[in-house]
Amino acid sequence: MGDPINSIGNWLESILLGWGLPAGVVSAILALIGVVVLCSLLLVLDIVLVWVERKVVARFQDRLGPNRLGPFGLIQPFADIIKLLIKEDITPAGADKFIYNLPPIIALSTVLLLWAVIPLAPTVLGGDVNVAVLFIVAVGAVGTLGIIMAGWASNNKYALLGAFRTVAQMISYEVPMLIALLIPVLLARSMSLQNIVGAQNVWFIFVVPLAAIIFFISAIAELGRAPFDINEAESEIVAGFHIEYTGMKFGMFYAGELLHAVTVSAVFSSLFLGGWHGPFADQFPVLGVFYLLAKAFILYYVIMWVRYSFPRLRIDQMLGFSWKFLVPLALSLLIVVAILDRILVTSFQVQASTPLYAISMLAANVIIALVTVLGLRSYAKLERKRFPEDRPVAIAPEADFKELIVQE
Amino acid sequence: MVMQIIFLIVAVVTLGSAVMVVTVRNLVHAALWLILSLFGVAVTFALLNAPFFTVVEVVIYIGAISILMIFAIMLTRRTMQETGRSVNPGWWLAAFLSLVLFAGLLWMFSTWDGFSTTLPDLPAGVDQVRELGIALVSPNMYVLPFEVASVLLLAALIGAIVVAWERKS
Repeated sequence: MGDPINSIGNWLESILLGWGLPAGVVSAILALIGVVVLCSLLLVLDIVLVWVERKVVARFQDRLGPNRLGPFGLIQPFADIIKLLIKEDITPAGADKFIYNLPPIIALSTVLLLWAVIPLAPTVLGGDVNVAVLFIVAVGAVGTLGIIMAGWASNNKYALLGAFRTVAQMISYEVPMLIALLIPVLLARSMSLQNIVGAQNVWFIFVVPLAAIIFFISAIAELGRAPFDINEAESEIVAGFHIEYTGMKFGMFYAGELLHAVTVSAVFSSLFLGGWHGPFADQFPVLGVFYLLAKAFILYYVIMWVRYSFPRLRIDQMLGFSWKFLVPLALSLLIVVAILDRILVTSFQVQASTPLYAISMLAANVIIALVTVLGLRSYAKLERKRFPEDRPVAIAPEADFKELIVQE
Repeated sequence: MVMQIIFLIVAVVTLGSAVMVVTVRNLVHAALWLILSLFGVAVTFALLNAPFFTVVEVVIYIGAISILMIFAIMLTRRTMQETGRSVNPGWWLAAFLSLVLFAGLLWMFSTWDGFSTTLPDLPAGVDQVRELGIALVSPNMYVLPFEVASVLLLAALIGAIVVAWERKS
């Protein structure tokens, strides 16, 4: 009892084995069923997310949001889907057809792939890979590739610009994200997400809050959400890489983006918020799924909160923030955590995941945070002094401009 | 049996897309074929039961190198057009050298007895990644090559900064 998912699995397995199928085929069939069920549930969740996102943004902007179809506008997403499905499917002239049609699939499937390693409950997870943390990064890289393909194949300047911006952004923010990911790996002594969740008697966000914040910021940048949404900045490049996509192809980008936000929240919950940990989760594993989703949705709300509260950053500010602030901070944090861990475990015999260990780590984090804040303050003072100086302003190079006119 | 069929399919895809990389006229297409080929290599690693290398192959070769390559191509070439001839006057030399290399490899493998030896199984409960990590930093194993590689990468990093540095004059 308390674990209906595995009971159903065992029951199906016994039935299939009873039919005389070989064990390898049975496990393949069961895995296939698991994948189909998980993906279907996630895609159904995705439909609801459209409504959630629109309702929440309406709250932030002091509007009502969808409220005409059904109670609280709950049927609105289905109307949206019908609209998307009956729209004309346009392939722009000069587009690279095959490459143009691939990115919507990549955008959605890379997000679904991430769920393969997220432990949903103590006994329910896709695969307990011992490189799960790297897997997350790898899948993110493939997602970036999809965006580049979309931008290039659309034969549209705005799309190409969006793709360029995306690459610059992803490459810069992957660095602090990877370093921040190393810290929970270091604390849990494993790259498997199941082990990382299992090691969190004390949630890692209370042990290494700075790492959690760095990961959260870089994850938002990876999502391409405001304030990091220059790759689809509406006021500058219309819609960025997906400008030419119509109907359900656009819908897949949109669905992928929404689901990506929840997925990243789930990854964050697994890394820093204890994943499926919660009251009675050990006795009733199915409760773990509920806890994980609850944490993921609270975080999703925070992501939306950030998205609709902050203005968009300029690209140089954004890249500067990553390279000049997040990367050095993450690196120094990693060094401090590694050395402190070594000292605590070998010299003082304080094992990981004991309260004393957590408190010392937390203290180190707080000290680094204080130093960072002080440093930022003096930097801000310096910047204010520099303000009256002449700033570099972009001026159209006149000679080139004339040449262009002659050419035309 | 199933594994062999999967391996054959993967090998055909890998080699086929590698051939496409060098024959296709459009540079972005070539880069995308290269990515497919690298995916094939990653799957081969997965078939060899080496998940760490699978993931690292995807992260480094697809996530970093190929994307930078596409980026460079898109920034420097007129990307929507066919660009130039795909062979240069020295093609016969390259063909000759690769033929020699292939023959040499073939000869080496024909005398190698490694095909018949079976790999020893890892002891149960051993974390491959952990073992690899320890091997990379333990003084009597691979710490020196590992550090040399790190210094090389650091030098490349500093070199890139020096090249890109805006001199105030």
